[in-house]
Amino acid sequence: MALVLDGVCVRQRDEIWLDDINLELSSGMTVLIGPLGAGKTTLMRVVAGLHPPGAGRVIVDGKDVASISVRKRSVAFVYQQFINYPSLTVHENIASPLRLDRAFPKDQVDRRVGEVAELMGIGDLLPRRPSELSGGQQQRTAIARALARPVDVLLLDEPLANLDYKLREQLRGDLKSMFGQSKGVVLYSTSDPAEALGFAAPTVVLGEGRVRHVGDAADMYDRPPTLAVAATLSDPPLNLLPGVVRDGWIECMGASFEAPRAHARAERVVLGVRPHQVSIEGAGPGALAFPAEIRLAEVTGSATFLHLLLRGGTHLVAQLPGTRLFTPGQQATAYVDPAHVLVFDEAGGDLLASSTAEVDLHG
Amino acid sequence: MRLPWARTVFWLYAATLMLPLLWMFGMSIRPNEDILGSFSLIPQRVTLENYETFFTNDVWYSSYLNSILYTSMNAVMSLIVALPAAYAFSRFRFAGDKHLFFWLLTNRMAPPAVFLLPFFQIYQSVGLFDTHLGVAIAHMLFNVPLAVWILEGFMSGIPREIDETAAIDGYSLPRFFIRIFLPMIRSAIGVTAFFCFMFSWVELLIARTITSVDAKPIAATMTRTVSAAGVDWGLLAAAGVLTIIPGAIVIWFVRNYIAKGFSMGRV
Repeated sequence: MALVLDGVCVRQRDEIWLDDINLELSSGMTVLIGPLGAGKTTLMRVVAGLHPPGAGRVIVDGKDVASISVRKRSVAFVYQQFINYPSLTVHENIASPLRLDRAFPKDQVDRRVGEVAELMGIGDLLPRRPSELSGGQQQRTAIARALARPVDVLLLDEPLANLDYKLREQLRGDLKSMFGQSKGVVLYSTSDPAEALGFAAPTVVLGEGRVRHVGDAADMYDRPPTLAVAATLSDPPLNLLPGVVRDGWIECMGASFEAPRAHARAERVVLGVRPHQVSIEGAGPGALAFPAEIRLAEVTGSATFLHLLLRGGTHLVAQLPGTRLFTPGQQATAYVDPAHVLVFDEAGGDLLASSTAEVDLHG
Repeated sequence: MRLPWARTVFWLYAATLMLPLLWMFGMSIRPNEDILGSFSLIPQRVTLENYETFFTNDVWYSSYLNSILYTSMNAVMSLIVALPAAYAFSRFRFAGDKHLFFWLLTNRMAPPAVFLLPFFQIYQSVGLFDTHLGVAIAHMLFNVPLAVWILEGFMSGIPREIDETAAIDGYSLPRFFIRIFLPMIRSAIGVTAFFCFMFSWVELLIARTITSVDAKPIAATMTRTVSAAGVDWGLLAAAGVLTIIPGAIVIWFVRNYIAKGFSMGRV
């Protein structure tokens, strides 16, 4: 089973929603990640047949599906909102795609419903109606309905986004094991980097209606090919600092470090620093030091996010382990190990160097 | 907070509202001589004679049944036409959809008298004159636009994703409409049916003009009770009481949704 998107474009009036999408997805799970408005939902709707592509082809298992109506396609779709049929019981909700599938033996419906309900952990809720369920249970019902019928393409559009943190963690674990053995193509969209990294599946990064990059999420995290990919895969957001390359050194707001590789190509660079790589004490030799003023300390319990204002007006966020108390207005120094700095070309956003990856790969 | 006069004001208001109804009920259980005789709050002689006359006189009870019949037909027919129309307005975009939607409602703005002559002439020539079907169709002129407006409001409150999920699951549009969609807007259908019933039930002008004997509405019969012996007040009051009952029954079923219906489902 394979899903191929060949030059898919979607334009709505003057806006470009999808711009020349070319993808080849094989069976098993693929994660689609991108910020809000990147075109994830539109892409899924095009694949499902809910939205006509302005140009390009959607090919499922070697066949162009343009002429096949939504009803006849072998797809299942899970929405971000919990969409179930309110007037039917959970059992009938899950059974409905099976009953409508001529190829599915009618005497097997109940058995199959029980099977997927058990898999999704809602086996004891079958006689209830969706309105009598919690949000998490409603979404489990929707996913169970999508899983019930074997389909060529299973589309999940941010299925966990509207759930609370704990449920999300739990359901994510369940889904990961479930999609591993899937014979069809499973396309799972999310805007949460933790989800993309957690599934450890082939990942497509989408941004502004274009495919930014395709690859392994962990690789892309360690060595983001562009600034856009780095930003999409970073949570908490990546700190960005301006830098200038001069004689093999990179200067950044009064601090400087030896450029990891020759950067003759670019003069102006953007330095990407992950918040957890910033510390305010115990700097190693060669660390970049930035005098700063503490503006705000957000405590989450396991970590403290320190919002710093650097000289020159640049903001920097440091993620410190544990609960730490600071007074706003306090002076501090932010230290960054140059080995953990991502260097991007300011003009094109391409990665010029990531010391982390070089150390990891070659050191 | 409790206003000191709240209770008094409430009972005063309730009495004002209820008095005509109670008075009519009181009249309906008195003989005519007592009604025209001395004024008294409590009936001196209670009788069911007026009701007996109503149910034994063919003119009275058949016109009562006529009204119930064409009103029910109208409610069903209006819904059958309005449900698909409202769905189309709620879900599809087509050229001129917004104008058409508004134009529908303007049908209700014209006074019914405007349509009297065309209906009378057309019905005479196509054989719909003095038939229940004829009255039901004539009332659809007012009720279908209203029904479309109410239903469209309710339908637009239902996420489109449900329609899409059904399509993906393999439901055909008619099957989805009947099995999934209609149960979701049960209350809207009830409210719409109530409004159709209400307008058709109280409408007198058209119903009277396009009927003569076979489909004569109860309201028309009530306006024609003057005989050589004068007005039969007791009988008229009994007919009045009975005319309230069907409306009261219908409103009981949709009492919880009426407010939403009045706002055309846009709450």
